[in-house]
Amino acid sequence: MSDNTLKSAELPALELLKQADSSVCVRLTGQWNIRNIVTMPQVRAKITQLATDNSLNWDLTAIDLLDNAAALIIWQAWGERYPEKLNIRAEQRSLLERWRMQTLPAAKRTESKLGQLILYSAQLINNFYQQLLEFITLLGQLLLDVWHLLGNPSAIPWAEISITIYEAGVRALGITALVGFLIGIVLSYLSALQLKMFGAEIYIIDILGLSIIRELGPLLAAILVAGRSGSAMTAQIGIMRVTEELDALSAMGIAHSLRLVLPKVMALTAVLPLLSIWTNAAALLGGMFSANNTLDISYRQFFYKLPDVVPLANVYIGLGKSAVFGLMIALIACHFGFRIKPNTESLGNETTNSVVAAITVVIMIDALFAILFMGVGMP
Amino acid sequence: MTKEQKIIADAIRLEHVWTRFGDKLVHQDINLRLKTCEIMGLVGASGCGKTTLLREIIGLQQPSQGQIMVMGQSLHTVSASHAQRLRDNCGVLFQKGALFSVLNVFENIAFPLRELGVRDEQLIKRLVFMKLSMVGLAASVAWLKPADLSGGMIKRVALARTLILEPGLLLLDEPTSGLDPISSEDFVNLLSELHRDLGFTVVMVTHDLDILRDLCTQVAVLANNQLVAFGPLSSVLTCPHPFIEQFFHNRRARRVFRYQEPVNG
Repeated sequence: MSDNTLKSAELPALELLKQADSSVCVRLTGQWNIRNIVTMPQVRAKITQLATDNSLNWDLTAIDLLDNAAALIIWQAWGERYPEKLNIRAEQRSLLERWRMQTLPAAKRTESKLGQLILYSAQLINNFYQQLLEFITLLGQLLLDVWHLLGNPSAIPWAEISITIYEAGVRALGITALVGFLIGIVLSYLSALQLKMFGAEIYIIDILGLSIIRELGPLLAAILVAGRSGSAMTAQIGIMRVTEELDALSAMGIAHSLRLVLPKVMALTAVLPLLSIWTNAAALLGGMFSANNTLDISYRQFFYKLPDVVPLANVYIGLGKSAVFGLMIALIACHFGFRIKPNTESLGNETTNSVVAAITVVIMIDALFAILFMGVGMP
Repeated sequence: MTKEQKIIADAIRLEHVWTRFGDKLVHQDINLRLKTCEIMGLVGASGCGKTTLLREIIGLQQPSQGQIMVMGQSLHTVSASHAQRLRDNCGVLFQKGALFSVLNVFENIAFPLRELGVRDEQLIKRLVFMKLSMVGLAASVAWLKPADLSGGMIKRVALARTLILEPGLLLLDEPTSGLDPISSEDFVNLLSELHRDLGFTVVMVTHDLDILRDLCTQVAVLANNQLVAFGPLSSVLTCPHPFIEQFFHNRRARRVFRYQEPVNG
């Protein structure tokens, strides 16, 4: 009997040949390598099936090419032992011997479910504690740097500060204006519908003025900057770790905090209040536009009334808040940047963490300001 | 392809290859034919386009002019599935290892197997641990991430990943750079052993004179954008080009070549 179904020019093939002494010989031919065998699972199944018959004679000498993986597949198909009748070349036997001698390492011990849970919780707590410690260290180092710079004003890294102001501030003007304007329109339109019902249209100026200047403007600017520049700062420091630039700086005796953290913190602290004024203006413009259309409140009327209904204290609260937002966003971005390990997974994770933490902290600080200045600036 | 055809076929053929980056000329009319089962060392000064040539052979870049045939076929003219088969038959070892940092060592080495469609976990496990021991690493290394490995270990793991499919053509970019002399020596022995067992063709970019002496059966020298010499080391050494003079006949090189104990050829 000759099985020609599995035969092809260079693909692995096996044929059953009837010999003179009426025994049957299995002859393997072709190129037995892993790439060919993967495409032909039937060959593997066939050998496994034939290996159960002890009377068969195996002939591997006609194989053109036998690689380690193919040798393993044949070895496994034979049930990890040599067939009784085997005709084989010396180098093929050495390949099979390699597999016969192989001892696999013991499987890794895994903890029980409860053990894993305890381990995980402990890691979580430890991680939080570590992060807190690192953050406080960063803050402390920053204060020391500021103290140092007060004594040596010439060492202030103006160039880095200026670059960060441009990157995080100037280049964010477009997006903050657009978002502010649209939010202003939406807020004004929704409020107008309610106010119309009570005939209190003129109060739209109070609502928009107070909510935008005190809350929305600074918050919107901060969230946009956290998403835009916070993530960029984290990734930048992370890549510097991967490319060993951080180590190069240390080796030159240049403090990371002074050259990398401080400029970012100073720049964002300075630029975020300005951005929040800009966002306020755009949002008020949007609100004015919408009020003009839906409630017939003229631009002039809006302009003249605004200073009367929004006490100046609100502007100061908004500005102060923005400065704290800027400081925290930059600090958090740097904190997570320094936590990045030199691999792609860590880079992605820490950048995400940085943005999430920055936005959460911004909202928490906003709540804190709301409580602290509860009675201040209300008309 | 019959056995005879396989032996006479060219593993790599470069025909009138020109490469330009903007105004900068990198390769000027390079012609080269490398037979299968040879080990070719590609040498040249830094920045003379060795790695670019290697990238062109792999198909990561296309030359501005001319043709590159790998195993008798051009990667850019065959169908996508055929190109994939051709790539499966080419193992590439990058200079810095290029291990996937999110995967541990085991998964890095198993990656080409899984991509090929192997689903038998027991088979994968045995092959991976065999390759690990082949490149001289302990089994416990398998569970580490690339970030936890030393430079030499990364090279070895990368070599294990390159060899897992036992490709017919191996392309190595400075395989021994960053290795200590012992690891470097191990690497030479390992490669020549594997070459004997598996009979693959190797193209490697290297500056390592020991490798050129002990391992390479062919040496190609790139200088001034051109291929100035190609052939066995002994014939390259007699070539009168000034770069060859500098590279192979300086004091250090003379010391290396005085003790010629070639493993191969």
